[in-house]
Parts: sequence; C-alpha cells; structure tokens
Amino acid sequence: MMDTFVMRHLPALLIAVPLLAAFVMPLVGGAGRVARNAWVLLGALATSAVGLALAWKVLATGTVLYVFGAAAPHVALPMDSGGIPIRIIFQVDALSALMVVIASLSSLGITIYSLAAESKQSGLETFYAMLFLLVAGVLGMVSTGDLFNFFVFLEISSLAGAALVAYRVDKGVAVEAGLKYALLSTLGALAVLTAIGILIGQYNALNLATLASRMQFTTLDKLALVLLAVPLAMKCGAVPMHFWTPDAYTTAPSSVTAFLVVSSQASLYGLFRILFTLYGPLLSWATFGWFLIVLGVLSMFVGVTMAIPQKDVKRLMAYHAVSQTGYMLLGVGVGLAVLGNADALAKYGKTAMAGGLFHIINHAMYKGLLFLTAGAVFYRAGTRNLNKLGGLGHDMPWTMVCFMIGALAIAGVPPFNGFASKLLIYESVFRFSPFLSIIAMIVSILTLASFVKVFHSMFLGPRRAEFAAVREVPAPMLAGMALLAVFVVAAGLAPQPFIDRLIQPAVEALVDRAGYVAAILGGI
Amino acid sequence: MKMTKIVRTTADLFFPFCLVFGLYVVVHGHLTPGGGFQGGAVMATGTALLLVARAYDDVTGRIRKGAMKACEATGLMLFLLAGLGGLFHGRAFLGNWLAQAGGLFGNRVELGANAGDLYTGGLIPLLNFGVGIEVLGGLTVILLYMLSGIKEEKK
Repeated sequence: MMDTFVMRHLPALLIAVPLLAAFVMPLVGGAGRVARNAWVLLGALATSAVGLALAWKVLATGTVLYVFGAAAPHVALPMDSGGIPIRIIFQVDALSALMVVIASLSSLGITIYSLAAESKQSGLETFYAMLFLLVAGVLGMVSTGDLFNFFVFLEISSLAGAALVAYRVDKGVAVEAGLKYALLSTLGALAVLTAIGILIGQYNALNLATLASRMQFTTLDKLALVLLAVPLAMKCGAVPMHFWTPDAYTTAPSSVTAFLVVSSQASLYGLFRILFTLYGPLLSWATFGWFLIVLGVLSMFVGVTMAIPQKDVKRLMAYHAVSQTGYMLLGVGVGLAVLGNADALAKYGKTAMAGGLFHIINHAMYKGLLFLTAGAVFYRAGTRNLNKLGGLGHDMPWTMVCFMIGALAIAGVPPFNGFASKLLIYESVFRFSPFLSIIAMIVSILTLASFVKVFHSMFLGPRRAEFAAVREVPAPMLAGMALLAVFVVAAGLAPQPFIDRLIQPAVEALVDRAGYVAAILGGI
Repeated sequence: MKMTKIVRTTADLFFPFCLVFGLYVVVHGHLTPGGGFQGGAVMATGTALLLVARAYDDVTGRIRKGAMKACEATGLMLFLLAGLGGLFHGRAFLGNWLAQAGGLFGNRVELGANAGDLYTGGLIPLLNFGVGIEVLGGLTVILLYMLSGIKEEKK
C-alpha cells in the first residue's frame, strides 16, 4: 500500500522532499548540531532514494507523467482540460532519468562530505537549506515538461547557487564571484523568460510537448531559439561564455562546486531538450550540429589550455570542467549533425550521442570527486596554491588515492569511467570527421599532463615542515569521496551495463521527439 | 539621526493598518487582485516604515530576526504541507483537496455561480496564507539586514 502510494507520487516527492528538508532546516538549526546533521543526512538519503526509485521506474516502465494539481496525477489530458495540457506536468523520460540519477548520486556524496568539511563554519542551517534548494532546482529542471516551470527551477538553482558561491565571504572575493554568478544567471534567465514570452504569445502553450507539436519556426521562433540556446550554453560553461566558471567554481566551498558541476549539466540537458525536442526537425541538422560541435571543440581546447598555467588547484579544475563539457557538446553535436541521415545515425551518430551523454554522468562523478579531494587538501593544508603545497601523500593517503582515481578518469586512462565515454566519442567522431577526433585526443593528453603536474605538486615530495600537522580528513569526507570513487571505478571496469540500461534509453529518448509529444498529447 | 516625534508617532499609528491591509490582501487573494505575495509585501512595508522612522535598535526590539525567520520557514512549510495534503486525498500534489468544503470560513460552496460566498477557492486561500507568511518573514529579514548595513557605514 505504502509502496504503491510512494511510487505513484515519485515525481512530486522528488521536489517536495528536498524542499521540505530545506524549509525545516532553519527550525532544526536551533536544536543543536546532532539534530541538524541527522536531519541533513535524512534529507539527502530520502532525496536520493526518491530520485533513484523514480529513475528505476522510468527505465522499467517508460516515461512517467505527473500532472500537478490534478485529480488524477497520471492523466495528461483530464476531462476538465479541454484537450490541452493546462497544468504543470512533469515528464520524466529516460534522458531525465539519467540526469536524476546523476543529481541523486552526486548530492548524496557531497552532503555526506560537507557534514564534516563545513562543520567549522557558521550559518550552517542556511548553507544546508541552500544546498537542498539547489538540489531541488536541478531535479526540477531535468524532470519538468513545462517551459515556464523550467525557468522557475533554473532561477531556484541559480539563486541558491549564487548564495552558496558567496557563502565563504573570504574578504569579499567569494562575494564578488557570487555576485557575478547571480548577475549572469539573471541575465540568462531574463533571456529565457523573453523567449518563453515569445513562444506563449504565438502558441498559447507552455507545455514542451504542446509547443513542439505546434511549432511553426517563424522568424520569432528563431529569435526565441537564440534567446534559449545562448543562456543555456552560458550556464553550462561553454566557451566563449565560460568566464563565470573559474570564479564561481574556485571560491565556492568544494562540496558546492561539485554540485555546481551538476547544475551546469542540468543547463546542458535544457539545451539538448530545446534543440532536439522543442525545435526538432524544423532545424537544419547540420547547422545546429556544427553549432554544438564548434562550441564543444572551443570549450575543450580553450578550457584545457587555460587550465595548464593555473596555480590555484580549484581554478585549474574549473577550467578542466569547461574542457570536459566540450566532450559532451562534441558527442551530442555529432549526433545532432547526422540526425537527418538514418544510415549515419545508426552507424555512428547514436554512439557519439551515447558517448556524450555517458560523459555527462562520468564527468559529474570524477569531477565531483576531484573537487572534493581539492577541498580535502584545502581543509587540512589551508591553501589551494600549487606552488605552496607538497608532500601531502605521506599523511593523506586515502585522499591521494581518490585524487588519482579522479585524475586518471578525467584524462581518459583505462580502466576508469572517463576512458569508457571518451572511447565512444573518439570512435564515433572519427567516422564523422577524423580531425575532430584527433583534437579530442590531444585535449585528453593535455589534461593528463596537467593533472600529472597537480598530482606531483600536491602529493609527492618529502614531508614539509609547514604541513606537519596535516592528517587524513575525517571519515564523512572520505565516505563522500569514496561514494563517487566507487562509481568512477565501477563504470570504468564494467561500462556495458551502464550504457545498455541507462545511456542507450536516454539516447533513444533524446532522438524520439514524436514519442515525447505523444506521451502528453496521445499521438495527436 | 532621529526623526521628529510627529513622524515617529505617525509611523506607529500606520504600522497596524499596514499589517491589517496586508492581511486583507492575503485573505481575499482568491477573489480580488493581489494574493499571498502582494499581501506579504504590504505587511513587510510596515516594517520598512518603522525602520525609516525609528532607529534600527528600537525596531529590532519589537520585530525580531529570529521570529521573522521562523515565519518564513512556517509559511513555506504550510504551503508544502497543503500541497502534500492532496496526496492523501487521492489527488496529485497541490490537487485542490479542499474544494467544495465548508468549515471554518463559511458555508460549503458548490461549483458554478453562487450568491457571493467568500470561501470559493478551496486550497487556494491556504496557499495564499502560506505565501503571505513566508513573504512577510523573508522581506522583513531582508529589510532588517539591509538597514543594519546602512547603520554600520554611518559610524
């Protein structure tokens, strides 16, 4: 009875549980440290459980609909709706399920990590409330089937993200980064809102599926496309709109940075959804495929070349995050470019998209892991400057192992998960254009070079006098890192189950525009 | 800087009216223009009035940050629980499980035209209350923080 009740309302609980956790936080905050930490842990576990259960349900039974405020949550077009979906509908298909899995795993890891990492800070109930709001915003962005609702969740995640970036005031440096992030997010969100206004003005609908079915591709729609695609590309940190990422990723607490990566990927999801589902066959495949490819190649190359000279370890990793986003754009871009060509799509297009989407989850895990290890080093050594660090491997062996796993994964070295997705991208992109594949490989080599440098300057060398007091980080931080590290190794050793059960359905969902529309409108 | 006695007394007199008018906008949110957010903002304006007319410390004696934060959390909780209530009545989240119900606020109201019943919104007034309390708390906290910043600059 309870099971069916929960399973029936999973999409609502996906938002309600983290919101409840966030709203009760100020009240629990006064009840002492133990009560607060217990509530945080409970909230994170419940959110992840709901997320994973929802993803499991979607992958087992197909797209899950949830109509908010209706008498029956599963009927997209109830009797009182007049044949149009007037209510807010959550439409969780396999692609959304993939993103929900990413957010669930990542949020659990970083929450456990921050229980210890942030324990010395003040204002913790606000910190956790914001963290839960950020999680709720990201989960909402990837599961909603309503364009305006997407904007609302985009704003929730942006505002919570900006507040968290500025959380450690750090003599105003973090506040400046937070303000920059808030300003750019607001600009982007305003552009998205304008685009939504253009679309509702023409088609009288906000539901993605309805809009997709009515889309005419007028001049105004082209304007709306630009106003949607550019801010979302900015929010996912693609070059040349990447300038906010180094500041925001560097100054935010490490656990938050690890989740900001996921938040950026939710914007990436939004970009793909807009291009594939909302506009779909009205676009010129080649043009927009190459749009993503060019963004991807620029991000890959500029990101990694900017990363190499950095001295701040988190800033370096932030540029690598930009670079890795490029792989996702490249993979999915190649798929988009050949979407009109059934032969090429079957031969390598879908593999490229699978590589791109697999890289999203892999990147969230290993980049999250790397940011957490950087946070662990900062937690004990008190500096992020690579020139001042050194010899930490003697006293922080487990952090070092986690860092090695993350670093080898990001560089695409087997048997870690970065290799699995990058191999898919290399192989398929090579058949599309060998040149692009070569660039991708060169970027991987540069990434490896960069992380060898980081590894050497942080962990190798003799013990240093100034770090005599350094010890291994507390158990909760190790547990958070281990959670992500286990995924990195597991998805690297046995990628095929992940690809078959999680990634391939997501690719099919992304390509299947008619299916997305039919789930709401019933094949009209 | 201290405002004159006239300004301070007028502000004190207006403060309850601000609250009452804000509450009126919240309560009638489902019938008249306005609603939870607008009403909550009007109520918070009362605090702004007091802050302008009186010294910061004088106001924080009456309006406490902690209480306002609790207001914020309570309002949000009320909204969320009202939404979750739908789940236990076989409806979706935020489903109107109070529609056509009477009780505290008057007669049971049927669907369609009626002779001027007030309680026609079902769940909606409850959500308006939630939002109203939340906005009152949130905006007041923002105002208090912003004004405390101004005071420090003057020193």
